[in-house]
Amino acid sequence: MTVPNAGTRGPAPANPGVIANADSFLNPLRDPRDRRIPRVAGPCVMVMFGVTGDLARKKLMPALYDLANRGLLPPGFSLVGFARRDWENEDFAQITYDAVKEHARTPFRDAVWQQLSEGIRFVPGEFTDDAAFDRLAETVRELDRERGTGGNYAFYLSIPPRFFPVVVQQLKRSGLSDPGTGDGGGRAPWRRVVIEKPFGHDLESARELNDIVDAVFPAHSVFRIDHYLGKETVQNILALRFANEMYEPIWNRGYVDHVQITMSEDIGIGGRAGYYDGIGAARDVIQNHLLQLLALTAMEEPVSFDADSLRQEKEKVLSAVRLPADLATGTARGQYAAGWQGGRQVVGYLEEDGIPPDSRTETYAAVRLTVDTRRWAGVPFYLRTGKRLTRRMTEIALMFQRAPHLPFAATDTKELGQNALVIRVQPDEGVTVRFGSKVPGSAMEVRDVNMDFAYGESFTEASPEAYERLILDVLIGDPPLFPRQEEVELSWRILDPIEQFWAENTKPEQYVAGSPGPASADAMMARDGRAWRRL
Amino acid sequence: MTIDLTDTTTSAISHALTEARRRLGGMTVGMVLTLIVVTDEEGQYDAIRAANQAAREHPCRVIAVITRRPKADSRLDAEIRVGESSPGETLVLRMYGPLGQHADSVAAPLLVPDCPVVTWWPENPPAIPSKHPLGVLAQRRVTDAATAEAPQEVLLDLARAYQPGDTDFAWTRATPWRSLLAATLDQPHPKLEAGEVRAEENNPTADLIAAWLSLRLGIPVRRLVSAGPGVTGVSFATPDGQIAVSRPDGRTATLAWPGRPDRMVALHRRDTAELLAEELRRLDPDDVYAETLRQLDVRGLDTAGASPGAAGTGGEGTGGEGTGGERVDE
Repeated sequence: MTVPNAGTRGPAPANPGVIANADSFLNPLRDPRDRRIPRVAGPCVMVMFGVTGDLARKKLMPALYDLANRGLLPPGFSLVGFARRDWENEDFAQITYDAVKEHARTPFRDAVWQQLSEGIRFVPGEFTDDAAFDRLAETVRELDRERGTGGNYAFYLSIPPRFFPVVVQQLKRSGLSDPGTGDGGGRAPWRRVVIEKPFGHDLESARELNDIVDAVFPAHSVFRIDHYLGKETVQNILALRFANEMYEPIWNRGYVDHVQITMSEDIGIGGRAGYYDGIGAARDVIQNHLLQLLALTAMEEPVSFDADSLRQEKEKVLSAVRLPADLATGTARGQYAAGWQGGRQVVGYLEEDGIPPDSRTETYAAVRLTVDTRRWAGVPFYLRTGKRLTRRMTEIALMFQRAPHLPFAATDTKELGQNALVIRVQPDEGVTVRFGSKVPGSAMEVRDVNMDFAYGESFTEASPEAYERLILDVLIGDPPLFPRQEEVELSWRILDPIEQFWAENTKPEQYVAGSPGPASADAMMARDGRAWRRL
Repeated sequence: MTIDLTDTTTSAISHALTEARRRLGGMTVGMVLTLIVVTDEEGQYDAIRAANQAAREHPCRVIAVITRRPKADSRLDAEIRVGESSPGETLVLRMYGPLGQHADSVAAPLLVPDCPVVTWWPENPPAIPSKHPLGVLAQRRVTDAATAEAPQEVLLDLARAYQPGDTDFAWTRATPWRSLLAATLDQPHPKLEAGEVRAEENNPTADLIAAWLSLRLGIPVRRLVSAGPGVTGVSFATPDGQIAVSRPDGRTATLAWPGRPDRMVALHRRDTAELLAEELRRLDPDDVYAETLRQLDVRGLDTAGASPGAAGTGGEGTGGEGTGGERVDE
């Protein structure tokens, strides 16, 4: 395909897979008022690269089954695996079966599995093997004939980015990436490609990576998965902010003192040494998850919830993010040392398998950012992430200013802190409002109390897993939850100077495993007269 | 914990509930609604079980209302279950004697404040749900015509008594079918000329699907009888041949399309808890259901089907977007 789309950054063309955008005809059975009928993907094949990986087994395959179980996959949906394994279709089906049995969230039903398994194919081969890709092309075309998948293919690249160039080139060479013009049945078939983070390790590599994919697939058919954006609570930020009247009036510098966005993990790097070393916490988490959370928290109201409006607002706010004037005092980084975490003795980062003893990769990163807009002028956004911290927790906390005047004796409000609105992303998803309340008794005494809304209590039981939601969105062709290349580049623009400063000037400070992080991070807050929320 | 109160009052029940919550460590569950279940001794176990399962998705206070021995002296017995099988609370209220006629006076003080109320009749739908004392309390009233002896007549009666907020499991059961049919017609397709819905006799869900299709597509849709189970197939005649979805075994459906290979899709029948959970997901009036009921009323129970002219949709091919049917019953 010779689509010279590299560099063209106009509005994405109407996506042929989106029902609402299909101008050719309206389906009379669809009615916006009819909310019982879910969105169902059209006929298609998903071609998965990297099927032997953890992600494929633990998340992707179970998510596909759960989608089928909920009736959201089309009749004839087919899954093709490609890997360097000497497998037959049946072997791959068995692997998928085991993965589904073990990890699916919905109950196992034979009929559903039967439907899914009939469309499972496997093509063995190396990424460099032309013949293997020709067999792959033949396999999906066969599926079109046998199962009526309509020539619509989604390619899921669950593989390390270094393989992207060769795989993408192979898809082009074998003709797989070319959607053609269809059989004249009204709509042209579609091609979509799904890529997982990391989207590069700095601005330059992100651009290179994008150019590789962009040369073959047009921008609107590239879906970058940040699974955080598929989480209910993250989507709920938008509902909380823009569907309610009581939060937006105080969602600004007039009331908010500062914002803390935290993603802490209790685990170490596990088996990811090869990937993690040289990357570090900031690139691994801040560049994508935390900056996306910041964007959703700080952005202005989009004019609508379609993909373009939403991304525009996110891009606007990301372009307004400013770094601290002094990177030495406005950032902190650390590396976990041996210690006790959660009742178990654990080794330090430098003693982990596969990590060079002189590694300068950080496992903890904190930065103080500001957003240069009228809404947020002077309100710092503190972002932190780390491994082997006290506990696993992701949250966004808006810390409010103190009341300008307290008509109580100073001793009455000694225990009164700042009001806070906390969006808990995981675990125990929900929203907490923290405010002062009178302690029962004859004396006037005010103390902080929590008001809780817990999603996790019971709503999550039936709510889809993030990957389920995202895969369905890919198959339907609905892009709002996927970051665009511009957002990726903007986040690297924010992070690159920090990484450069760190590389040149600092060595990560050691912190004891199981602690809330290095002392320099606390000092960074203390200089501003603030403190981190307790982990 | 379970607390039994005999010959009691609503204020004693409220008090016991508060006390129970306090003793369980002050756990407060974000209850999103009150679900009143109108049932009897025979049906209560299954109904409460289904309600508790649905409560996992929609934490709620379940109030099961059982009327007993109408000739006895008035008495109220209550069984309170907190912190057990479901994330919410369950109250089983047994009303004896004339009190049974005034169940609303017992239920009203026990509703969760600020939250919507749903009343569910697992069996024996009342003639006019919106006028039933326990239906008046609710913004959503859920019946199940299929449990009646003459389901189709009962559904027609419910259609005539329809008020915004009414809904019936016969319609809920249609959702997977409707969803599959909508997805099928998302594809470019030849012009549809006529439709057929096949199901076992006395299947109100099939009547609703037929009414919905004829209303939305503006084509004649015939309702045919098959051996079941449930709905067994929907087909459309087109100039190129038949587009058909058939499900003979109640589990897996086959989609047949002229000139294309047959495709299979799982289409299982759902249990009561799943139906109830779907109903609790949306608490605003279901306009599409209302329009379908009006269409059903126009079509009547003539299983030979109605012509597009008689269906009042103008029969304008597949362009029938929001034709809305006609109010004939006013």
